[in-house]
Amino acid sequence: MIEAKKASLIGRRTLLTSGAVGLAGLLSGCDALSRNQSFQNILRSAEDANFLVHRALGDRMKLASEYSIADLSPKFRPNGTRDPGTPDYRSSAAQGFSDWQLRLTGLFAKPQNFSLSALQSMPQRTQITRHDCVEGWSAIGQWTGVPLKILLDLAQLHRSARFLVFHCADRLGGRPYYESIDLLDAFHPQTILAHQLNGEALPIENGAPLRLRVERQLGYKHAKYVTGIEAVATLVNIGDGKGGYWEDVANYEWYAGV
Amino acid sequence: MTVSQKPSLVRHRLPTRLWHWINALCLLVLVMSGLMIFNAHPRLYWGEYGANDDYAWAAVGSSKTEGYVRLGETRIDTTGFIGNWRDSEGRVQTWAFPGWATIPSYYSLADGRRWHFFFAWIFSLSLTFFIIASLINRHVQKDLHITRSEWRPTHIWGDIKSHFRLRFHEPDSIYIYNILQKFSYIGVIFILLPLMIFTGLAMSPAMDANWPWLTDMFGGRQSARSIHFIGMFSIVLFFIVHMILLLLSGPFKKTWAMIAGGKREVGPE
Repeated sequence: MIEAKKASLIGRRTLLTSGAVGLAGLLSGCDALSRNQSFQNILRSAEDANFLVHRALGDRMKLASEYSIADLSPKFRPNGTRDPGTPDYRSSAAQGFSDWQLRLTGLFAKPQNFSLSALQSMPQRTQITRHDCVEGWSAIGQWTGVPLKILLDLAQLHRSARFLVFHCADRLGGRPYYESIDLLDAFHPQTILAHQLNGEALPIENGAPLRLRVERQLGYKHAKYVTGIEAVATLVNIGDGKGGYWEDVANYEWYAGV
Repeated sequence: MTVSQKPSLVRHRLPTRLWHWINALCLLVLVMSGLMIFNAHPRLYWGEYGANDDYAWAAVGSSKTEGYVRLGETRIDTTGFIGNWRDSEGRVQTWAFPGWATIPSYYSLADGRRWHFFFAWIFSLSLTFFIIASLINRHVQKDLHITRSEWRPTHIWGDIKSHFRLRFHEPDSIYIYNILQKFSYIGVIFILLPLMIFTGLAMSPAMDANWPWLTDMFGGRQSARSIHFIGMFSIVLFFIVHMILLLLSGPFKKTWAMIAGGKREVGPE
């Protein structure tokens, strides 16, 4: 009886120690695996699965949920750059962005520039949507802007175009911010270039004078301070080739639907 | 009741054993990579939205000198553990959960998400296969099903009292799950684990566009995130109780049975 008890006590201690050693081993092993490129590629396959399943689920043009004025966040949290702060941006802001130009370049039959007032005189869409940050927080805001489809039709997007790259006026850590989306999101009815938040001119901290809204993806896709839209066949020649600032700098996934 | 299959002579059938270990690994990685994701914004809200200016029902606070957890209006000092801790090189870090509890142990939201989503797929698929297999091999109907007599309050109360006396099974039928065991296994397999999958899906903006009812069902995206976190905590609690009861009831024999199958001491009638 005593012998048996002793044996089981030793057993428990061995079990606990091996558990602790195992956990420590697991941790350093996980870090090594995280830094191993082929293992990263295996883990990444799940992100491809997310993308495929999301695109396979029914209507690809399905709208993100829209809300009412009563649902608005009291304060829409700004994130990333709060003010690009460059001399050009400052002087443009001082004039109420009346000199702001949105340049459409790349694979368009009629590449062209649009002034802010030209964009404002086009048909507009207003939507109250939930902005979901990759970090975990959410904010509900009302956005008004011109549907991207209108601009793509005016500039006549070329058949060889596969992605739209959004160039921005702000820099983070010395690099220009940029983002990209595919054509499915580009022609989605809720994809707009917004110049108003909650019925007022877009504040500088939220991306004045123009920001992208691509409602079925996380916040880092919603490029702020947009100066240009470039239509491209591939993303490899832009930045470090991963399709966006955070994708290049911190390995964020290009498809941000999760 | 007709028994359609030959009664199993092993204590744990192969699908049960396979799933048990795959699931254990998945949960370990999911909890630890989930804590890394949580570290990016260690605040929890109720409702559809929630950010720094909104009221968080739970939050981790950090400074150079202290760390604390705030639950409602109650502040709990967690310096050295959560919010302010030393990494393996002795430097003070102010992320919410410490490196030994997260995957990876260094701060990387992107890597944490990769681990989380990869193991979330394995976790969801293996749970689905396990449930289907357990309905086919009648593990659910024979071992987990709660009989009418077991639902009697006197029976449940009797089993609670037996647990306090560390008597978990009838001596002549130790392979039969007791009622508390059935409650917890059914609760985990059919409620808690699926809840983790669905609250996880409800946080995805693309899933929300496809299946808006899912996010609505939980009362909004931030509520789904809070429930996801509480669910994680419940899984950790289940694991602790699971380990205590294992240690109290013959850890080696039972662990080996979950690996190799084990024997049923008494054949079924």
